Amino acid sequence: MSTPRPANRVLGWLHDRAPGLWTWWNRHAAQYYAPKNFNFWYFFGSLALLVLVNQIVTGIWLTMNYKPSAAEAFASVEYIMRDVEWGWLIRYMHSTGASAFFVVVYLHMFRALIYGSYQKPRELVWILGMLIYLVLMAEAFMGYVLPWGQMSYWGAQVIISLFGAIPGIGDSLTEWIRGDYLVSDATLNRFFALHVVALPLVLLLLVYLHLMALHEVGSNNPEGIDIKKVKGPDGKPLDGVPFHPYYTIKDLVGVGFFLILFSFVIFFEPTFGGLFLEHDNFVEANPLVTPEHIKPVWYFTPYYAMLRAIPDKLFGVIVMFGAVLILFFLPWLDRSPVRSIRYRGPLTRVLLALFVIAFVSLGWLGMQPGSELQTLMARVFTFYYFAFFITMPLWTRIDRTRPVPERIPAHA
Amino acid sequence: MLERCLALIALCIASSVAAAAGGGPLEPAHVNVHDRASLQRGARLFMNYCAGCHEARFMRYQRLARDLGLDEELVQRHLNFSGAPIGATMLNAMNPEQASEWFGAAPPDLSLTARAKYGGPDWIYTFLKSFYADESRPLGWNNRVLVNASMPHVLWELQGIQRPIYAAGHQGEASHVERLELVQPGKLSPEEYDRAIRDIAAFMAYMAEPAVLQREALGVWVLLYLALFTLLAWLLKREYWRDVH
Amino acid sequence: MPCVLVTGGSRVFQNLAPEFRMATKRIDSGRRRFLTATTSVVGGAGVVLAAVPFIESWKPSARAQQAGAPVEVDLSLIEPGQMERVQWRGQPVWIVRRTERALAALAELEGRLRDPNSAQSDQPPYARNPHRSIRPEWLVVVGLCTHLGCSPLYYPEMRPEPFDSDWKGGFFCPCHNSRFDLAGRVFQGVPAPLNLRVPPYRFLDDRRIRIGEDQESST
Repeated sequence: MSTPRPANRVLGWLHDRAPGLWTWWNRHAAQYYAPKNFNFWYFFGSLALLVLVNQIVTGIWLTMNYKPSAAEAFASVEYIMRDVEWGWLIRYMHSTGASAFFVVVYLHMFRALIYGSYQKPRELVWILGMLIYLVLMAEAFMGYVLPWGQMSYWGAQVIISLFGAIPGIGDSLTEWIRGDYLVSDATLNRFFALHVVALPLVLLLLVYLHLMALHEVGSNNPEGIDIKKVKGPDGKPLDGVPFHPYYTIKDLVGVGFFLILFSFVIFFEPTFGGLFLEHDNFVEANPLVTPEHIKPVWYFTPYYAMLRAIPDKLFGVIVMFGAVLILFFLPWLDRSPVRSIRYRGPLTRVLLALFVIAFVSLGWLGMQPGSELQTLMARVFTFYYFAFFITMPLWTRIDRTRPVPERIPAHA
Repeated sequence: MLERCLALIALCIASSVAAAAGGGPLEPAHVNVHDRASLQRGARLFMNYCAGCHEARFMRYQRLARDLGLDEELVQRHLNFSGAPIGATMLNAMNPEQASEWFGAAPPDLSLTARAKYGGPDWIYTFLKSFYADESRPLGWNNRVLVNASMPHVLWELQGIQRPIYAAGHQGEASHVERLELVQPGKLSPEEYDRAIRDIAAFMAYMAEPAVLQREALGVWVLLYLALFTLLAWLLKREYWRDVH
Repeated sequence: MPCVLVTGGSRVFQNLAPEFRMATKRIDSGRRRFLTATTSVVGGAGVVLAAVPFIESWKPSARAQQAGAPVEVDLSLIEPGQMERVQWRGQPVWIVRRTERALAALAELEGRLRDPNSAQSDQPPYARNPHRSIRPEWLVVVGLCTHLGCSPLYYPEMRPEPFDSDWKGGFFCPCHNSRFDLAGRVFQGVPAPLNLRVPPYRFLDDRRIRIGEDQESST
């Protein structure tokens, strides 16, 4: 596809040498036709990208003063918070950004769940997205170790010990991950390298592939209708609008609202009541004393609740990782002939609502000390979590569906 | 509106976490880090009563002078008893090994205590209120918030001496301290003492995060700017989307 | 972060599906341009303001400032003709106790110097004199060559040196052969452009000076 040469001299010069830039821009923005009926749930993709940029920029700035050694790490974070000019802001942007990343990603994934965005032909988009989620969890975990507070230390201790459950090789594997007989300077140092260099590179590559895979097949929408089926005489989908300027501008509004909430947390509630920055992490790591209330950061608590609910080390670890891995198979578990929840029956709606309750409750339970009743609840919800996915091929097939129209209805 | 909701949610979570943390209910200290006079009084009490044994290795005298609106020479003369230069952090000369011998444990660094404790300044406030005379302890003092604390009641001259009133234990249960009673008044009345320890708690809350003053002052402007930007973006979006709707 | 919106009304028109072209008739392109410009300017200003903390975070931190605090030097142990090196803000500062002979030689050199009266050079006003110091006996200069920042060597003896057959004592930079006299003044015909920098300092009493604090601020 050749593009018209811009009249502007500088742009014209550039166009002669790199016409591909214009093709690229058209392919991914100006001529990328997105369904015209995106709603609130469609803000979170661009917001995730925004948070990614925020994490990278603030992260680079943090490395300028952070010292990745067991002796200096904790003090260097306080040095950033106090002695470096604006260091507190950059650090809060990064720590709040980590939580915001998961908020945005969880909502983004939930959007896919309710509108069937993972269904054919978008399986690859979904799998790449899940890989991003997986890498993001590793990235967040290793980042959390870096401040070298009590929670950093004991969180690392617990998570690494999970690998010890693997029969046969468990003990030597944990030792290999730590590079020592306990979580130590060596562990901190390698986590730093992975957190600031290796995983961000992987993440950027996956994000690029995720977007490219999406633009191959085009975006889904709240109706779950394929807009490419009905095209105008010029070959453009009748129910689509060019991403630029319509969705770039619309996303700008989303960015504005997001930044208001984000800034509110940064400037007025940076620890978020001990959820984003935990009390015990303001105490320097001490290998001899475990804090009284040890729990992971909020975005891991659903899985943590599952781990605690299972009274067997190996099986608990399997369940915990299985809960993430099962999501990869979603495109093949869902056998419904329609995508969007709008055209599905009451059964799907009820089961999905229960799923949300189960997942959020697990998140809450993971933060609690864990009474008998809470353990029971965690077991029930864990069971439901897996039952929801395992029986999905069944209930998606038997649930009633309404016929999906050709075109996006006017009200949508 | 949304902001207020968020703040409320955060507050609820914080208080539920604090309640779950145990050690009995904490009394709300109602500290205000933006009350400069309170911080100044707190700094004085802290330097006189706490800093002799405890360090604040992340806090610089110079920062304190600047944030609390105090003259540097004044700080050097009346608050800095270590003789360190104004730009130095609040270290002291106590030998940690000796300290362990005297108190049973080396006094912890207090830079971050207000952030590290569940309940934050409320914990400090309640802790400083909860010392009582207990002959069974090596230094003659015990504390309701931090049971068997190795720290003596350094403020006893101000508060006076409290004695525990024990509640009768149920069958088989050990009796526990139900409340404390002032048996010997101190230099300050109970109300004055509460204010003094509230000032200490406020100062320590500030010390745990000196940036709090700048942070909250700046935050208002950032939110106002973002509101303006979002409004403009929304108007622009509405204008363009007239093509579609 | 908001990007600058480049699309004008006509481009949008081309890109639209035919169905919308009907609607585009009522486009108020003036309002559209105005809102695009305003949002871009406000958004751009936001990006610029957001960059400020990142730029300012590169300034010396509170710890660096503390480390760069004024340094006190005891002069009583320095013999005539001897040089003492101290560190101030991480830089070498030289304190030279000049002999009567060395001071007398300073005047003879003026014709061979690039900036004998320190007109262009960097020093506090109280050191802008032929001996470049508060008290003639004591020279205090930053020991970094004004060429490219090497630290010159001290050659106090008045004798022919390989780099100067008529040497009256001074400093010689091994990096690019710049030469300075015992007042830190640069010779002609060497790469260094200016005399050695004099830091702010003051005498606390006859035996002690404090480097990093101006004389004016003394009590």
